[in-house]
Amino acid sequence: MSAAAGTAQLPGLGSTLASGSEGPAPVRIVVAYGFWIFLLSDIIMFSALFASYAVLSGQTAGGPSGRTLFELRHVGIETLCLLFSSYTCGLGLLAIERRRLRDFYIAFAFTFVLGATFLGLELSEFTGLVARGAGPSRSAFLSAFFSLVGLHGAHVTAGLSWLIFLVAQTAARGPRDFVRRRLLCFSLFWHALDIIWVALLTLVYLMGAR
Amino acid sequence: MEERTAEHAAPSDERSGEGEPSGSLTGYTVGLAFALLLTGASFLVSQTDLLWAPGVPAGLAVLAVAQMGVHLVFFLHISTGPDNTNNVLALAFGVLIVALIVSGSLWIMANLNANMLPASAIMEMQR
Repeated sequence: MSAAAGTAQLPGLGSTLASGSEGPAPVRIVVAYGFWIFLLSDIIMFSALFASYAVLSGQTAGGPSGRTLFELRHVGIETLCLLFSSYTCGLGLLAIERRRLRDFYIAFAFTFVLGATFLGLELSEFTGLVARGAGPSRSAFLSAFFSLVGLHGAHVTAGLSWLIFLVAQTAARGPRDFVRRRLLCFSLFWHALDIIWVALLTLVYLMGAR
Repeated sequence: MEERTAEHAAPSDERSGEGEPSGSLTGYTVGLAFALLLTGASFLVSQTDLLWAPGVPAGLAVLAVAQMGVHLVFFLHISTGPDNTNNVLALAFGVLIVALIVSGSLWIMANLNANMLPASAIMEMQR
């Protein structure tokens, strides 16, 4: 208590000094920091694929280009699905922090359904492209397109299975500290996927369809 | 309050019930509104002639970066608070590496492309 009283006498610097004098940071902060570093390494991996797409996007080898292939209405719906699933994921996190389990389940059910809708739309786009003879082996442009967008889709798939696992764990173990930390990490992952989708939408679809 | 659990060396997060790093309902809703606005603007810019045509890629890039910023602040809660210094530094390093990879690849490949013989000429030389 004396330490707390000591820091209270230093207005302005109070919070900085307090976090230094209270010893190690809370587990929750440390876990989120570690997971944030993982996410940044994941984003760096994506940046390599973004670079290769940017280099190869003009190399269509006489095949179809993005202008003839991409349907922006379709892509717009995908974007909305992902954006709203990010939002409901955040709402679910708020609900579990306030121990409102029912709200949490509803929010994460929406997150799952919206994420699965996104994945279904992306798969239908991929099968449509392959059926039109524009598969990944057609040109360097399409190879780069399928690896970049496909890797994002693979991340969404992994996220959806993680979501099911975490909801089952919450049901079995209740909203304990470690469960809530895992849910925090999941929400960071899901929001980061949305950030990657923003870059993907702009570089691949909006610039490619012009 | 100063009790340490045997399981973890760091203090447990009993006091994080105030929703420290997980934001608020208004935060998420404002973030969603901004994101929707910026996404709509991106589609508008790319589909109409509102912007001078050669400037459209730059406009789209600006909108995308703005939206990424909105996601970082409102959804991932990257802020300038004292708890967040490490996160911001890691982000800055990540941005540096991403910029090096992307701009470096584009620069090198454009240079190679400009200096390389056409494929037909190479075939001619190998004959």
